[in-house]
Amino acid sequence: MEVGKSFKRVDAFDKVTGRAKYADDLCPKNAYVSRILHSTIAHGRVIRIDTAEAAQIDGVVKVLTCFDVPDRPFPTAGHPWNTDPGHQDVADRKLLNEHVRYYGDDIAVVIAEDTVAADRAIRALTVEYEAYPFVLDPIESAKEGAPLIHGERQNNNILAHSSLRIGNYAEAIKEPGLIKVEGWYHTPTVQHSHIENHICFAYQEQGQRVTVCSSTQIPHIVRRVTAQALGWPWGKVRIIKPYIGGGFGNKQDALYEPLCAWLTTQVGGHPVKLDVSREETFVNNRVRHAMHAHITSWMRPDGTFAARKLEVWSDQGAYASHGHSVAAKGMGAFPQLYPCDNVETDAWTVYTNKPTGGAMRGYGIPQAMFQNESHIEDIVTALNLDPIAFRRKNSMPVGYFDSFSKNELYEDSFNQCLDKAIEKIDYDRKRARYRHQTGPVRRGIGAALFWYNTAVWPISIETSSCRMIMNQDGSIQLITGETEIGQGCDTVFAQMAADTIGLRLEDVHVFTMQDTDVTPYGSGAYASRQTYIGGFSIRQTGQLLKEKILKHAHTLTRMPADLLDIIDGTIVRKSDNRALMTVGELATRTLYDMERSEHLAAESTYAVKSNAYSFGVTIAEVEVDIPLCQAKVLNMVNVHDCGTLINPQLAEAQVHGGMSMALGFGLYEELLADPKTGRILNDNLLDYKLPTTMDHPDLLVDFVENAEPTSPFGTKALGEPPTCSPAPAIRNAILQATGVAINTLPLNPHRLFEEFTKAGIFRTEQEVISPPSPGRSAEISRVTINA
Amino acid sequence: MIEKQYKQITFTLNGKQVSTSVDVRESLADMLRREFGLTSVKKGCEVGECGACTVLINGDVFASCIFLAIWADGKDVMTVEGLVDTDGHIADIQQAFIDEAAVQCGFCTPGFIMSAERLLRTGKRYTRDELRKELSGNMCRCTGYHNIINAVEKAMNARLEAAGKQPV
Repeated sequence: MEVGKSFKRVDAFDKVTGRAKYADDLCPKNAYVSRILHSTIAHGRVIRIDTAEAAQIDGVVKVLTCFDVPDRPFPTAGHPWNTDPGHQDVADRKLLNEHVRYYGDDIAVVIAEDTVAADRAIRALTVEYEAYPFVLDPIESAKEGAPLIHGERQNNNILAHSSLRIGNYAEAIKEPGLIKVEGWYHTPTVQHSHIENHICFAYQEQGQRVTVCSSTQIPHIVRRVTAQALGWPWGKVRIIKPYIGGGFGNKQDALYEPLCAWLTTQVGGHPVKLDVSREETFVNNRVRHAMHAHITSWMRPDGTFAARKLEVWSDQGAYASHGHSVAAKGMGAFPQLYPCDNVETDAWTVYTNKPTGGAMRGYGIPQAMFQNESHIEDIVTALNLDPIAFRRKNSMPVGYFDSFSKNELYEDSFNQCLDKAIEKIDYDRKRARYRHQTGPVRRGIGAALFWYNTAVWPISIETSSCRMIMNQDGSIQLITGETEIGQGCDTVFAQMAADTIGLRLEDVHVFTMQDTDVTPYGSGAYASRQTYIGGFSIRQTGQLLKEKILKHAHTLTRMPADLLDIIDGTIVRKSDNRALMTVGELATRTLYDMERSEHLAAESTYAVKSNAYSFGVTIAEVEVDIPLCQAKVLNMVNVHDCGTLINPQLAEAQVHGGMSMALGFGLYEELLADPKTGRILNDNLLDYKLPTTMDHPDLLVDFVENAEPTSPFGTKALGEPPTCSPAPAIRNAILQATGVAINTLPLNPHRLFEEFTKAGIFRTEQEVISPPSPGRSAEISRVTINA
Repeated sequence: MIEKQYKQITFTLNGKQVSTSVDVRESLADMLRREFGLTSVKKGCEVGECGACTVLINGDVFASCIFLAIWADGKDVMTVEGLVDTDGHIADIQQAFIDEAAVQCGFCTPGFIMSAERLLRTGKRYTRDELRKELSGNMCRCTGYHNIINAVEKAMNARLEAAGKQPV
């Protein structure tokens, strides 16, 4: 068995030697380069762009503006297409936009022979605008009278609103003796910050079709979007996806592939490269939606919920991209994490004049878990309850069934994860030790839970295809539409294929590059779907290939096929475990058979009609230097139930990365917009505080392996889950350390200073800090008792 | 029209003397990629912030994206390609990155390996905290750095042991 072993990554050698090819490494040397001109107002209309001077610059091939592009809005979200128009993504942007909707909107492009000429030409362009009022805050933007951002499409800025009602909230809150706990929770705009910026190049073949080689997570979806943007039949577009330097959801969108494809058509099909700068990555790609949530819980004195209400405003930025699906997913987590008989939830996704919100690792759940798990801590603090005991008692119970996703909590996953995490980080002893502290430097320890779906059924299709081609030596090429973006799927897919057929791992050659001309359809890397979804088609295709092999084995060995099996690349007679021939020998004889030559291969598609709950917990131990207003994570543990581990070492590495991204979300990262202009202020890796080695403790990871019954390999989501719960755990640890509940991320010194000041934790500049008083909140968390 | 200016430079690249003509405005990173096809040299920011383009110049680490190619004249430049011997054997630090699962998307990997290689060549023993400090100029968004520190520590200990230095 190859599944369950920590094989080294199949792509590691090429990556440590620098041989692995990324998009820029494949770009033809003669490609033209392109540069985009971005708007310098947050909202308005381009009246005129003077291109005369730019066009004269030596080396400039062509200057194209928003007045040249096709008048055809297109959607960019990396969702599978839906044939029902009611479920299609919003088409609200053009290749270049005359109506600019954020500071930095794409308004013109220069194509040139080199970057010097292109940059010079960009600086030589002069633009005349008609400026409109702009709005940066989603709650303000949702109000009547806010400047209309997509007035062409709608008469307010609310992209979507959805709600959920369980029981009768209005009646339930009348119960006498209820304690009302409420608070606002704010999470910031952050950016994926993969180290490879988005890059693509495009050229035309046969003077007709266009090929785009791109750093994308979703080649098959990008093909569809690119064709829609050009107004072409989809088959005329070919997308090639080589190795990519990280994506984290930003590249789960059609970023600049449609524009690049159009550019090559404007220069006779000559190759054109569009290489996005780091500054553009921050401003002109996608960001995580900032969210502002208000939660009200009506508690009985025994610590049970009577009624709960959530209202959340999600900052969409200028264009729809993934739109409301992110806020809707976050909202959906609320009633399931802590079920209650009477629930009201509402979520609004609102356009603002800011960079566009898209998919980012966790897809609304890191925001939701900060809201949810901070609020739970506020409840236990107000009611003087034990935070772990409260979570054990009130979180999703064993047997919980969600009628929409058909997901079920089969095992006692939350308690099992809590047990392991508590032991691993020595929670009980530390929690008790940190209870009564004074002095300027204090420690705290806090916990947070999360649950996450696996893949997107039944909201969208879940389908995956696989092709296996056997070589004469009995090895195979494994080809799927699912993409390696760093997470290690090529390796686990090889393990799955080897096990299904009965080969050794070294017999499986993964064709890592997706080429939509060659690769069968797969939706790509998102929703923590690929190991789960890909597993179905790999299993099915492997079984088809195995059947074919055994049919030929029957011919060649005279033995009945059902007496035969394939073990480690050898045909074995099960009745006496005798090795009869190698698969290589069989494949050679089958291909070169003078009568019945057959090239052994199999291909199939599996349409998956299930989903799976993935669970976990973070416990963080934090030291707070109160005078410095600095919080430092000393220890942090994540424990996950993501089903059976296909490759334990890679699974653990995946968790490290998610915890790291959440550490940045919790403590450091925030993309800031200038309130006067809408311009992004920190569009670089110096001013945007991406965590470095120095900001990380050693990361503790463990797993609870409850095999997922719907998966052929017992697996479920792990890619995004590690990012979901660390930020609230850190926040809750700071609450224990200082007594101050801080409800706005990131928890950086600026924020801590403000919140500590509001909470009155400093008495005088020099004097020792006042002792903690649990439950004191700097924010609007309020506790009132029903008359 | 602006005249392009070129300069002939000669330097040692991965142990071999090479000579080429470069645009005086070109970065070392661009020249290594364009002229020598050294795809290990990655560009993630082009302003010396991310560390993906890290190479060794006369044994010290530099962000090759903000180092002019003409400055390489007469110097000794080494990239990850130079760590692999002519038989294709990779260096201990490269193997450690593989063994410790310190590689994910792979884009920061060559730069990290070169920064680590400089540390290993000092022959000093670094604590984990010192390693974190020394490697803080290289950014990674995939790994949380945990396995990278493990890999560097492992290769460091093995080299020190081979050099006859006892573990602390």
